[in-house]
Amino acid sequence: MAAPVLRGCCLGRCWALACIDSGSRHGRGAATGFTSSGKRGQSFVAQQPLLTAQKSRKGEHKWAAVVGLEIHAQIASNSKLFSGSQVHFAAPPNSLVSFFDASLPGTLPVLNRRCVEAAVMTGLALNCHINKKSLFDRKHYFYADLPAGYQITQQRLPIAVNGSLAYSVCVGKKWRQVITKTVRIKQIQLEQDSGKSLHDELRSQTLIDLNRAGVGLLEVVLEPDMSCGEEAATAVRELQLILQALGTSQANMAEGQLRVDANISVHHPGEPLGVRTEVKNLNSARFLARAIDYEIQRQINELENGCEILNETRSFDYKLGCTVPMRDKEGKQDYRFMPEPNLPPLLLYDTASLPAGADPQQVINIDRIREQLPELPSETREKLIQQYGILPEHSFALLNEVGLLEFFQNVIKETRAEPKKVTSWVLNIFLGFLKQRNLAVNESPVTPSVLAELLNLLDRKVISSAAAKQVFEELWRSKGKTPSQIVSERKLELMQDEEALERVCHAVMEGHPQVVMDMKRGNPRAINKLIGLVRKVTHNRADPMVIKEILEKQLSS
Amino acid sequence: MLGRTLQEVSAALKQGQITPVELCQRCLSLIKKTKFLNAYITISEEVALKQAEESEKRYKKGHSLGALDGIPVAVKDNFSTSGIETTCASNMLKGYVPPYNATVVQRLLDQGAVLMGKTNLDEFAMGSGSTDGVFGPVKNPWSYSKQYREKRKQKPHGENEDSNWLITGGSSGGSAAAVSAFTCFAALGSDTGGSTRNPAAHCGIVGFKPSYGLVSRHGLIPLVNSMDVPGILTRCVDDAATVLGVLAGHDPKDSTTIQDPGKPFMLSSLTDVSKLCIGIPKEYLVPELSSEVRSFWSKAANLFESEGAKVIEVSLPHTSYSIVCYHVLCTSEVASNMARFDGLEYGHRCDIDVSTEAMYAATRREGFNDVVRGRILAGNFFLLKENYANYFIKAQKVRRLIANDFVNVFNSGVDVLLTPTTLSEAVPYLEFIKEDNRTRSAQDDIFTQAVNMAGLPAVSVPVALSNQGLPVGLQFIGRAFCDQQLLTVAKWFEKQVQFPVIQLQELMDDCSSVFEIEKLASVSLKQ
Repeated sequence: MAAPVLRGCCLGRCWALACIDSGSRHGRGAATGFTSSGKRGQSFVAQQPLLTAQKSRKGEHKWAAVVGLEIHAQIASNSKLFSGSQVHFAAPPNSLVSFFDASLPGTLPVLNRRCVEAAVMTGLALNCHINKKSLFDRKHYFYADLPAGYQITQQRLPIAVNGSLAYSVCVGKKWRQVITKTVRIKQIQLEQDSGKSLHDELRSQTLIDLNRAGVGLLEVVLEPDMSCGEEAATAVRELQLILQALGTSQANMAEGQLRVDANISVHHPGEPLGVRTEVKNLNSARFLARAIDYEIQRQINELENGCEILNETRSFDYKLGCTVPMRDKEGKQDYRFMPEPNLPPLLLYDTASLPAGADPQQVINIDRIREQLPELPSETREKLIQQYGILPEHSFALLNEVGLLEFFQNVIKETRAEPKKVTSWVLNIFLGFLKQRNLAVNESPVTPSVLAELLNLLDRKVISSAAAKQVFEELWRSKGKTPSQIVSERKLELMQDEEALERVCHAVMEGHPQVVMDMKRGNPRAINKLIGLVRKVTHNRADPMVIKEILEKQLSS
Repeated sequence: MLGRTLQEVSAALKQGQITPVELCQRCLSLIKKTKFLNAYITISEEVALKQAEESEKRYKKGHSLGALDGIPVAVKDNFSTSGIETTCASNMLKGYVPPYNATVVQRLLDQGAVLMGKTNLDEFAMGSGSTDGVFGPVKNPWSYSKQYREKRKQKPHGENEDSNWLITGGSSGGSAAAVSAFTCFAALGSDTGGSTRNPAAHCGIVGFKPSYGLVSRHGLIPLVNSMDVPGILTRCVDDAATVLGVLAGHDPKDSTTIQDPGKPFMLSSLTDVSKLCIGIPKEYLVPELSSEVRSFWSKAANLFESEGAKVIEVSLPHTSYSIVCYHVLCTSEVASNMARFDGLEYGHRCDIDVSTEAMYAATRREGFNDVVRGRILAGNFFLLKENYANYFIKAQKVRRLIANDFVNVFNSGVDVLLTPTTLSEAVPYLEFIKEDNRTRSAQDDIFTQAVNMAGLPAVSVPVALSNQGLPVGLQFIGRAFCDQQLLTVAKWFEKQVQFPVIQLQELMDDCSSVFEIEKLASVSLKQ
């Protein structure tokens, strides 16, 4: 596979449409991504790749980076993959542990149907081939939070293979050109999560919490088709949106429901791939792109200094902003894979192959799951563009924030205002307010119908756009009041009395003969100054277009 | 009363000839008297008496739960028993009290069976003598039988009588000894390579290994998951069928159990064997086979033939690879299954706390015996990336060939295979320990172990006493899930041979009344 040359890619010019963190509630506020079309350019790309690009422009070396990802998504399921224990985030330690989860001798795994269905649905959404027969394997390693001494996974024959994930990056002068890239999906496998180790350095103790042990994971393996942190981050974000749309994973990175390991290498184009390192546990979207770009640059620096890259496992130190070798992963691990003897092969059916008279509780029909596939984010975005004529980047922005699309659609339903106007209000003003206050969409005091009413007032020219913003601010402060109430209380209606407005215009012109003179001399900006002055006198209650008409009429008279 | 079969004592309970509590107390007293056999690791006296009392109440109300209600049973100490220590005869699990019952244990208890205790075994069921457990070896009750002692008196003595006791075979030797010595009416063993059939043959009882997937393994502490089957040890074939009827069937906790609803296992009495085809696998005629066992084997074949059955020689060409193949597959699964014993969640933990790794290492060194550690080491070697294809994969392929051998034979019209169970009768302990565990296991599993590779049902039925006065068993192997047909044939055979009852009165003069053993007319095959 020919990897794109690093230089040609996202060096500050590539703007990811999907911002990784803004989807997760815990991450918001901290997220550095864009919130609307007006705030672009806060790219994840660190400065280092830019330096590389400069170096390569001098023609010394060209480096290409190759990035592959292994993503672990916790399956949204009430119970664990092989036991009936419940799954809850932040439950008291070791309160959700069955005998099987604690690996008591003699216990056996029993496969959770829901997890299989989630894997099939995710595989279908990611264009995978679903294997009608898949197998489970044991992967052995000794670790305190792995009670059985092995993890049950699908190494030999996973449930889904050969898929693809399309994600979009914006390029071009104004980032208006959307380029769709595709990363191949090698496989999706079902596997168990491990427990958690909590190291108490003070007492040199390790405490084990097995609540997470045995929770079902989907491991999604992305082929090394990406070439920088930004691409990787955007692909992960798209996957996150897909999983959330499917409901197969909550995919909340802050709660560890989506965890990423990155395999990274660099090489000269045309030459064989370089030795790769694995950067583990990129559990924060903020650091995913940074860690990858740091590691790419580190490898380039090492190689240019004549050093070798070790095939090693590293972790990202977010405080120092660099990757460091993981001490406990030193030495080569031999996982001693073997078939899991307690689970028969997992057989799936389609409508054609379904055995006659099969108990529906005992079989899974792939075709039935395909029928249940919800609309995927890419389809939703396409629909938004088609239906409302909004810009592609706005369609991304609307999907990027949890609940924002629904909010937008509810506003659209209740207003006669133009979709573009609604988009602009939702993405600029509404989202801006949320971000400032570090709130989620569902925590907003302004409901869709209230915003719709406000936009209707604006649309009917009852208020000016400036007044509308004032009303919006007021709505934020005084919950329970309707826009109309605020408009009337604060007398923000547009002046409908044209004669009165003519008098104001006249007075303003009288008071500023110099500006009038300028205007008469043909200075096009002068009229704006007069308009501004009139608006000020009318406390923003006059429609600038009407003011302009009156002023022009009076000037020419 | 204690010498009776399960069916007989069950009838006696129903008729009120004895109450469950009386029966339980008699068994408990016999367990104590035969303590030197070392058959039991844990005697669950209190639990047993309580269960017996409850059973007695049911009988009084006329609501008995069935054939097993009030029947004393024993369970091999590698089945989890809620609230009762389960050790696997290992330091690793000394003091481990499981919080749940194995499905088979639960099913016995649900039928009103009275659990007398947990029986001795080789550590983690790894062995063929019941000599390699941390609680010491199990002694074969036949060592103390009148039949064996009389024969020994005829020989020029010289050896110390007491030190010349016999092994039970294994690894379910404790369960076999418990049933053989009349301390219970049925016992659970486990069978991975012959661990139920081998000691059954040496102790003169019926040892039944059901089809893989017919009986739940949930709660059985595994040796080789893909071959382990709970085994049933009883004094007659009918009793084995009765217990199987209670144990068999789908268990949602074991995904390898079959879905089909099980039929009750009531054995009809076969009167006509003329429609039967009995296969005699020629590869089982090995040089190590004792001439005596060989002669019983051929006499048994003749018996079938003389009664009109078709007896043909068949070939299982891959038999000779079975032991080495088993070695690779068994040790690999052992390495994996034993990984959980790290001293963290349960079981033994060493005092070393320098590091987690040091703690693991010391815990496992202290917890496992040499046999277990040796198998873990070998298994991990076979599973290494560089060795996996050469060993594990190849062994799996050989296993397939072995299984196909049986399929081919059964497809050719054979109903049941007839083979020896063991090479010879039980040997003295001092003789047995001259070879190491690995050599012994390889030798002793030779006739039993291929069956586990193929998941077939097999039963060892006692045939006759050897010249030394020791029991010899023969094995019947059936088609997968044709357990009932297999047991029907075994029952017919059992009736023909009239195996003599063990006579222990001489040893336990003071409790001879306990036995009330009816003198049975022995129609031995020898004559």
